[in-house]
Amino acid sequence: MSLAKPAMRGLLGKRLRFHLPIAFALSLVAAAAFKYGVTEPRKQAYADFYKQYDATKEFNNMRDAGVFESVRPTGE
Amino acid sequence: MLHLTTGRVGCLLSKQAVVALTSSGARMSSHGHHEVSDSVDMSQPMYWDRLDTPLPDRPWKDVLDSTDKSLKQKEKGPWTALSKEEKIALYRLKFNHTYPEMKRPSHEWKTVIGGMFIFFGITGLVVFWQCHYVYPPQPHTFGEEWQAKQIQRMLDMRINPIEGFSAQWDYKNKQWK
Repeated sequence: MSLAKPAMRGLLGKRLRFHLPIAFALSLVAAAAFKYGVTEPRKQAYADFYKQYDATKEFNNMRDAGVFESVRPTGE
Repeated sequence: MLHLTTGRVGCLLSKQAVVALTSSGARMSSHGHHEVSDSVDMSQPMYWDRLDTPLPDRPWKDVLDSTDKSLKQKEKGPWTALSKEEKIALYRLKFNHTYPEMKRPSHEWKTVIGGMFIFFGITGLVVFWQCHYVYPPQPHTFGEEWQAKQIQRMLDMRINPIEGFSAQWDYKNKQWK
């Protein structure tokens, strides 16, 4: 019963040559997924919100709801 | 103690661990292995089956009968003269279990999972009792009315109007989107 001699050297190198490209690729995929799944939609949501935003109108709505301490609702 | 080298100290530590392992092996003999260990004389060189420390201080079989002794004599000559069965017999003299035999699976996991669930159950009973007998009354801010007024105030203040809370509320139709 003679088995082949097992690999005695270069084990770490072999592992790194296999795993490092995969690790880099997966990291890039994760970064791209986050950018296009999270940050770009978020930037778009903010842009869309402020396109139609009337600050004075919102202020008056909030004032009439009574949430401010510096100004009372209109008509008091 | 001063004569001990660092290597020896390492071996002593592993011996303590081995005794713990073998005694726990005796307790778990219902799991499908068939070893029983009695008390070990720690002043003598020990034998162990360990995956991480492969060569024990003494061979498995110390007391050799005449056939074993003649085999050991033959081992002193050229090993090409040994047959396959003799080589295996010499291995079995020196070692108790092979690595695959050491790594054989057991039924211990069922005990572990079962014990875990038993303790989950006991903990659940304790938590239930405590909810009933220990907890003080809830703060008044948890009530239905207060919570409704709180939500209305948050909407009035336009909390997180872009992506969060108030973004889900339709201010024109006064309802959730």
